[in-house]
Amino acid sequence: MADSKNSDAFVEFVHVQKSYDGEVLVVKDLNLSLPKGEFLTMLGPSGSGKTTCLMMLAGFETATHGDIRLDGVEINNIPPHKRGIGMVFQNYALFPHMTIAENLSFPLEVRKIGKSDREEKVKRALDMVEMGSFGGRRPAQLSGGQQQRIALARALVFEPELVLMDEPLGALDKQLREKMQFEITHLAHELGITTVYVTHDQTEALTMSDRVAVFDDGRIQQIAPPDKLYEEPENSFVAQFIGENNTMLGTIKEIKNGVAVVALDHGELIDAKPVNVSEAGERTRVSIRPERVEFNKDRLQKGAHTLKAEVLEFIYMGDIFRTRLKVAGMNEFVVKTRNAPDQVRLKPGEIVDIGWLPEDCRALDA
Amino acid sequence: MSDTADTGPVLAADGTPLKRSLAKALRVQKTRALMLIAPLLIFVFISFVLPIGNMLFRSVENDIVEETLPLTIPLLAKWDASTGELPDEAVYDALARDMVVAVDAKNHTKLGTRLNYELTGMSSLFRKSGRVITKWDVDADAPFKEKFIDLHEDWGNIEIWKTIQTHSSKFTGGYFLNAIDMQKTPDGIASQPESKQILVKLFTRTLIMSLVIMMSCILLGYPVAWILANLPARQSNMLMILVLLPFWTSLLVRTSAWKVMLQQQGVINDVLVWLGLVQDDARLIMINNQFGTIVAMTHILLPFMILPMYSVMQTIQPTYLRAAKSLGATNWTAFWRVYFPQTIPGIGAGSILVFILSIGYYITPEIVGGTKGVFISNRIAYHISSSLNWGLAAALGAILLAVVMILYWAYDKIVGIDNVKLG
Repeated sequence: MADSKNSDAFVEFVHVQKSYDGEVLVVKDLNLSLPKGEFLTMLGPSGSGKTTCLMMLAGFETATHGDIRLDGVEINNIPPHKRGIGMVFQNYALFPHMTIAENLSFPLEVRKIGKSDREEKVKRALDMVEMGSFGGRRPAQLSGGQQQRIALARALVFEPELVLMDEPLGALDKQLREKMQFEITHLAHELGITTVYVTHDQTEALTMSDRVAVFDDGRIQQIAPPDKLYEEPENSFVAQFIGENNTMLGTIKEIKNGVAVVALDHGELIDAKPVNVSEAGERTRVSIRPERVEFNKDRLQKGAHTLKAEVLEFIYMGDIFRTRLKVAGMNEFVVKTRNAPDQVRLKPGEIVDIGWLPEDCRALDA
Repeated sequence: MSDTADTGPVLAADGTPLKRSLAKALRVQKTRALMLIAPLLIFVFISFVLPIGNMLFRSVENDIVEETLPLTIPLLAKWDASTGELPDEAVYDALARDMVVAVDAKNHTKLGTRLNYELTGMSSLFRKSGRVITKWDVDADAPFKEKFIDLHEDWGNIEIWKTIQTHSSKFTGGYFLNAIDMQKTPDGIASQPESKQILVKLFTRTLIMSLVIMMSCILLGYPVAWILANLPARQSNMLMILVLLPFWTSLLVRTSAWKVMLQQQGVINDVLVWLGLVQDDARLIMINNQFGTIVAMTHILLPFMILPMYSVMQTIQPTYLRAAKSLGATNWTAFWRVYFPQTIPGIGAGSILVFILSIGYYITPEIVGGTKGVFISNRIAYHISSSLNWGLAAALGAILLAVVMILYWAYDKIVGIDNVKLG
């Protein structure tokens, strides 16, 4: 979890709580700090409190309790227009009655920057997002992707050190979204700005961020770099929310040498890595990624537990094969294999032995 | 796919040109659509287009002179008034024959009334002459010149003849000239005598007061519309009912209520006197003047301003204001540079509605306007129902219509009518 006393933190949430109605806490004791230049994504289902956090940082919502600090300064009582934070909104919020150039010039005008300086900066910002020739158009004349770039340019044109983005790619189609994901990350890293990005799309979170904070129920469930988040989820919520996972319920039989033996409810025994379980007899939910399941016994450790599995369905997806198996009485066990020349293509009805490395199978809270 | 290199017209599958095929296919649809709106179309035509067209036509129509005096007018046309001599016997003879017919049909008094608009005294001249002429035998009693002058000395007055000659044409611009305080005289176009100059003043007053009413509606309506658009649905529905309440109350009741409120012994004056702000012998005069008209009409027309503003404001997302603030704008700058410009279509729509409604308003100025607060429409009503000068009333109406159209056109040029949103 984040260390709230981090001295070189640029943005800091210290014990922040938020309630709208005085009865329910939307954000429960949030502690978070991020250093300068980091790209942090707040990921979570809707209603998890991630957007509220962003709005508190931007100044549109006030924290019910706790401090929010920006560069060491408490900003709880600073109005939004004095915070100097760039923001990209979900629907872009480009001013429809102004041209693109006027939109970009707006933050400079309110900062009383001279006309020639302004034009210079607007031009540079437009070039930065490769929209140099669009200055004279109105927002309604641009496509969604173009509006998105302009919104980004507008949030950056006054050179803020912190930029907030509230699901900025939500309205774009898949291809454009992927393209914009790269552009935004490159731009953020090139300019060295600190970015807080809110999304409910986990792919977006994994591909773009330095670190991802997974929100649920008003709390950060885990904050970690993408690879760690994906491979080492710390609890079942994160394991299920990020990527695809096969989960099975069971009870810890013993924990020895960092490997837990779990007795599944169906009766089988399997090996798993204990994550947030500590003693025998505890209920657990084990989770294993579909691409980490092994058919080949040679690749497994000696004496590793294996399970009998019946092939129910084989789905050809081009780059990968997706095989649905019946394992331990459960029909939804999925295995993904790469479409390689020597890869076996299982047929429905076949019985195979499956296993995995103990560290790939994580025993989490039930 | 097809022979696209072909330069001829594109053909449908059966060889007819595609355009004709399409037109044929669409014709049925169009006919059906037309049939559906036909009842409304006919209703509008009969109850709206025809009466208005007829009324507008009256503003230039003048065939009563020629129709009543069919023999006299052609002869009189040859008479040269500048010689200073009366018309010759032939004209008097023709007049006698025309008058006998006219008196039989009782048309001579109508003609008198018509010519009386141009020269006072004409009405009584024709009425009195009619009584005598009916006893004449047109074939036996000639010559008539002396007889006419004996009958009424005005028949020997050259001005009478000049007036008849000037206003004998089938169509006239005379009513329009009257409407702008001018008149058509035998010597050309001239101003009305100063004592009769009132209409231009009334037009100007109508325009200025309509503008004042429009402005006060904007100032009062804008905050209300903003609150309506930004409150949670339940409260805003309550408030909406309050805004609409005036719509559901009779116009007369509301106007009369203002009479109660504003008069010198009325509620407002009583309160002011009780508070000691106004001396009892110096009560404010707030009714039967322009102030009364403006207050009452602003109240009555306010919903027409609020509703279009509200509907526009409702579509403006709060993120625009947030975006502006995140970009560094203060609350005021965010409002003035980002929010306000987006509400202009609503203000425009409301202003057009209120202005056009108020420029033709009649009831309220009539009741609370006194003499100083009446509009041009009150004058039109007077000419329609009291003075019966329908030609002038029609000309005033036509000018009013033209003014509204011109303003509408100007608005379209300046703001663009596409920007207007009524809901």
